[in-house]
Amino acid sequence: MAEYLIKNGFVFDPVTGVKGDKKDIAVKDGKIVDSVSSSAKVYDASGKTVMAGAVEVHAHVAGPKVNEGRNYRPEDKLFGTRAGVNGMRTTGGFSIPTTFKTGYAYAQMGYTVVMEAAMPPLYARHVHEEIRDTPIIDEGAFPVFGNNWFVLEYLKNNELENTAAYISWLLRATKGYAVKVVNPGGTEAWAWGLNCLSVNDPVPYFDITPAQIVKGLIEANEYLGLPHSMHIHANNLGNPGNYTTTLDTFRLNEGFKANNRFGREQTMHHTHVQFHSYGGDNWGNFESKSDAIMDYVNAHPNLTIDTGNVTLDETTTMTADGPFEHHLTELNHLKWANVDVELETAAGIVPYVYSPDIKVCAIQWAIGLELALLAKDPMRCFITTDHPNAGPFTRYPRIIKWLMSKEAREERLTTFKHADKVISATHLHGLDRELSFYEIAQMTRAGPAKALGLMGTYGGLAPGMDADVVVYDINPEASFTPDQIEQAFTAAALVIKTGVPVVENGVVINNGNKRTLWVDAKVNENPQVLRDVEEKFLKYYSVSLNNYEVKGGHYIPNPYAIEVDATQ
Amino acid sequence: METVTLTIKKAPTLYLEAEATTPDALAGKSLDQIRALPVYMGNEEFTLGEFFEIAGAPGATAADTRVVVKGDVSRVKYLGMKMSAGELVIESNADMYVGAWMTGGTITAKGNVDSFAGTGMKGGELTIMGNAGNYIGSAYRGDWRGMQGGRIRVKGNVGSDTGYFMNGGEIVIEGNADVHVGTHAEGGKIVIKGNAKSRLGGQMVEGTIVLLGTVDVMMPGFKYVRDEEIEVDGEKMTLSLYVGDLGERHRKRKGEPIYGKLYLRPVKAGEDAAAREARLARAREAKKARFAPPEGSASA
Amino acid sequence: MAKTVTDVICPFCGTLCDDLEVQVSDDGTKILEVYNACAIGAEKFLHSQAKDRITRPRMQQEDGSYKEVSYDDAIEYTAQMLANAKKPLMYGWSSTSCEAQSVGHEIAETVGGVVDNTATVCHGSSLIAIQDVGIPSCTLGEIKNRADVVVFWGCNPSHAHPRHLSRYSIFPRGFFTGKGHKGRKMIVVDPRNTDTMKMADIGLQLEQGRDYELLSALRVAFRGEDLPDVVAGISKERIFEAAEVLKNARFGVIFFGMGVTQTLGKNHNIDEAIMVTKDLNEFTKFSIIAMRGHYNVTGSGAVLGWQFGFPFATDLSRGFARYNPGETTSNDLLRRDEVDAVFVLGSDPGAHFPISSVRKIARLPSVAVDPHITPTTEISKLHVPVAFVGVEVGGCCYRMDNGPSESRKVVEPPEGMMTDAEFLSRVRDRVGELKGKAPVGSPSTAQVQGA
Repeated sequence: MAEYLIKNGFVFDPVTGVKGDKKDIAVKDGKIVDSVSSSAKVYDASGKTVMAGAVEVHAHVAGPKVNEGRNYRPEDKLFGTRAGVNGMRTTGGFSIPTTFKTGYAYAQMGYTVVMEAAMPPLYARHVHEEIRDTPIIDEGAFPVFGNNWFVLEYLKNNELENTAAYISWLLRATKGYAVKVVNPGGTEAWAWGLNCLSVNDPVPYFDITPAQIVKGLIEANEYLGLPHSMHIHANNLGNPGNYTTTLDTFRLNEGFKANNRFGREQTMHHTHVQFHSYGGDNWGNFESKSDAIMDYVNAHPNLTIDTGNVTLDETTTMTADGPFEHHLTELNHLKWANVDVELETAAGIVPYVYSPDIKVCAIQWAIGLELALLAKDPMRCFITTDHPNAGPFTRYPRIIKWLMSKEAREERLTTFKHADKVISATHLHGLDRELSFYEIAQMTRAGPAKALGLMGTYGGLAPGMDADVVVYDINPEASFTPDQIEQAFTAAALVIKTGVPVVENGVVINNGNKRTLWVDAKVNENPQVLRDVEEKFLKYYSVSLNNYEVKGGHYIPNPYAIEVDATQ
Repeated sequence: METVTLTIKKAPTLYLEAEATTPDALAGKSLDQIRALPVYMGNEEFTLGEFFEIAGAPGATAADTRVVVKGDVSRVKYLGMKMSAGELVIESNADMYVGAWMTGGTITAKGNVDSFAGTGMKGGELTIMGNAGNYIGSAYRGDWRGMQGGRIRVKGNVGSDTGYFMNGGEIVIEGNADVHVGTHAEGGKIVIKGNAKSRLGGQMVEGTIVLLGTVDVMMPGFKYVRDEEIEVDGEKMTLSLYVGDLGERHRKRKGEPIYGKLYLRPVKAGEDAAAREARLARAREAKKARFAPPEGSASA
Repeated sequence: MAKTVTDVICPFCGTLCDDLEVQVSDDGTKILEVYNACAIGAEKFLHSQAKDRITRPRMQQEDGSYKEVSYDDAIEYTAQMLANAKKPLMYGWSSTSCEAQSVGHEIAETVGGVVDNTATVCHGSSLIAIQDVGIPSCTLGEIKNRADVVVFWGCNPSHAHPRHLSRYSIFPRGFFTGKGHKGRKMIVVDPRNTDTMKMADIGLQLEQGRDYELLSALRVAFRGEDLPDVVAGISKERIFEAAEVLKNARFGVIFFGMGVTQTLGKNHNIDEAIMVTKDLNEFTKFSIIAMRGHYNVTGSGAVLGWQFGFPFATDLSRGFARYNPGETTSNDLLRRDEVDAVFVLGSDPGAHFPISSVRKIARLPSVAVDPHITPTTEISKLHVPVAFVGVEVGGCCYRMDNGPSESRKVVEPPEGMMTDAEFLSRVRDRVGELKGKAPVGSPSTAQVQGA
């Protein structure tokens, strides 16, 4: 592999603590190094901003519901598809881009690692086929556990070791990365058309509460010492007054301490908190409770969150929270897709138009920004749009603009159709904070990498780390307009991914060397769990056990397995 | 208003995609620039000048430009697509997508047009002197926002799926219509002066359909309300109002559901009055039954 | 001695049974016996054993006879045909693996062609309906574990999907369905008194072509509105009765087939059936599932979806993807003379398309890739026989409920025969040379060549 030297840029790197100093970054054989030979290819980054490749902690980019979203929304691509040029593939889609566009568009913004946030285990092969066909970016996928029959049965009986052994088995069978929980218990209830709206609502038949599921999975996660923590989308998403459910969910995490060899400190990651920070008790008195939420988050270092910023676009909502999507289609009457997955989970999809002329949408927009602006520790609050739920990931540059510029967000806030009502229902108008480039690097690079247990590899520019280097055409020491921020983060001047230049001057020039991340957690042999697995496949699954596991091979041509030893 | 004339000089071996023929595309350009505009046949790109003799001159803006297309363009697609202003006259038959996604201006097609004319139309006027294919004034696949404004008039007959997912504007069919008129409509008005086939107004949420001819099979979810005098294409007449589709969702205004409206020629008095009475009696019974909600229904 | 391969996936229909056992000869070259499969599934395996099987490509001569040619010649002919066409139609894809489909898509992108699959004459109308109104659905295991009301509308699984009733929908005992078929109510709607209807608890034999009206009537009934005395030949009393059974299900499902997808109104029938299902979710839990035909037509839609965004009828002629059934669908393209070459793989349009379309194919430059001799291979200029996917080579395939599986290789193909993916990869590389287009880096499908 070649050598590269990125010279004279203003470097922002929380891992090495560099805050905008002029510094050269050297790359050799796919790694950041101290120095390179004189034959290295030199990129002049003077007057420009240099960061590590960004890390996406939560997005829906690959798998059955994403693809159903693509296939059932031809109108999302009308006049929006482009021919591939210079050896690149054809692209298309706005809210649910094709796999090719997903890879290219993330890379253009400087993202090099992306986590698919919800993998239905039975459909793991499909997820991996899409990941394989997503160029450039390294990806992992989180299998969902919060409504899985094995988990419900083991945790009902407080069988921690069996839960952990099953997690280990399923991570291997699905080539999954982390323990994801979506509407714990509520999605199983949805199989009967019901839901669990609080942490104490018992799950029909299984007679376990969401609180038991969440605590049990945190415990099992730390028992195994997985790289990432339990990653949760709590009950009662999207409803007025749901912030109390969110706080109740946060409290389930109290007393847990991280146990892992990856430097991760949190034991719960709560995703798209914007959707969970609502006050009021109806859509009329709907209001922001971001203050109460962030007070809690700021005071509890064993908790990380991501924002789920509403971008005010027409988009496609999709989640394993089946009952929520049914609720949504009853509200907006747009086309509803749903899939209940035997023994495991469910998913729903509904298009949604976040209109700036609708008060609730504007309040949601404000809440997402407030969460980031109220975060005292940017290493524990990450920027997401819960793509595509609150908006497409391609809007990250715009969110960064709003977070870095009070002027830009005031311009938006004060021109809403119901600006006065929105201002009085939110806190945004009173927030003067403007995030720095360093804080943006914390929220999009070092922070999510650490939370995912990947801080040794991604999200930083220390020698020995993977050479994911991004140059943005913006001078942090000169004056710039808010729109220049958005422009710079939209099309990076240079992106090097694991040592290969993949984007130059905002244009994708190489399909890269993508890898699939998964976690291989070893536990003591557990005959009971293996027996339970065999029995469930024999009696209740509609596929054979021998046809369940994703064995790698052409599904995962370039694996990056992270090993965890939890044998005792 | 200035006029550009495009006369087709050789027939494409397959078909031609010629979106760059609207007043918007030609306005303010020299004839050489116009000749150099792209047209496509499959994976090959050609210039407009290779297929068309170009004469006259465009105006400075689309609104000042009239485009006249001459010769057999029955294999030329996208004529008038996305047009926003000015005038387009097609002298012969044309292929698919005439006036699709247009927002303004006027199009007159003197012959027949193929399917998808006026897809996603938002404004302007589209007149078709001959027959039209399927999906006139409809939505693009998957979109719930079909024709939203403007006017379409077809002098001849139309195929199926007229006004699919229509939200606004007006379509007048002077001839007959095939199945599925106004399916999923949530607004707008469709007038059929000839006959319609079955599935008229199926899944209609709001909007109006007027049928002056006959329909072979009525949808089960339409009920007679009263006879009304309304204006149809400039003419006053008394027609029977039916509302529906009763199987669809309907929003409410002041507690009363807003239905789609279907106007038909009144049937002969006598026998009809009795049938109507019986139907109203059944409706009253059904209304009573509704006060007892079905078991297990969601309280929402 | 013989060995047995277990958990074999049946590459015949969209039910994708995965519990077959195949007994093969010790040297792995012959299939001796197929267990657990239905008659049609077993036949698919045994077909590969035919003694008179064509094992090398053959080119049609002017007098209508065939001449054997090498795979190299076949690759060159195919690549030239595709690269020289202004708009080649690349049709089929439903009886092959996702890996082969993926390579096919690369070719279509490189040459500027149209990719369409068998949904175009089958469940394409269902896909259109899903695009218009969505689809509440579930996996087949959910039916097995929970369903107490099962509706078959315009489909006849007793014949077309023989093991569906026993594996998933009527007979199995699942977690919440310990009584098996005794705890399930079976409703069949069909104009014919089919063998499936003969098993039904409620059989509604409706007037041909009036499915839309009957579905609409059910929705009127759910809303407690009145109905005409008879709709679609069914009395309103029976319609209200059926509506009650549906509303009172604990977990219900509607399976539908070609009887509604390809009769008057096509997509609108499915649209209304989906809306019936959606309405029922206000009362209880209900799902709807298409009875997909070819074993991997669902996979073709999936791969097209993630690569281009549309489930069939994808026109790449100008490099970017466009989709509009009625225009970009195979029979419309053929009817309107919009294509100038035809490439067929994994399907038999010669048997399934209208005769007018078949005549058009016969007049055009054409290549058919198929293990069998079929009506399509007989009208094609070049026939390329390949290994049977799911028998002689594995690969990913998707069940009718979108569930992915890896089909198994059971026996070796006859010596020297290529697989779909191998043949396509060679054609892809050749058209890349002819068109001067090659990928930079590794767009992932390049890594699975010859899978």
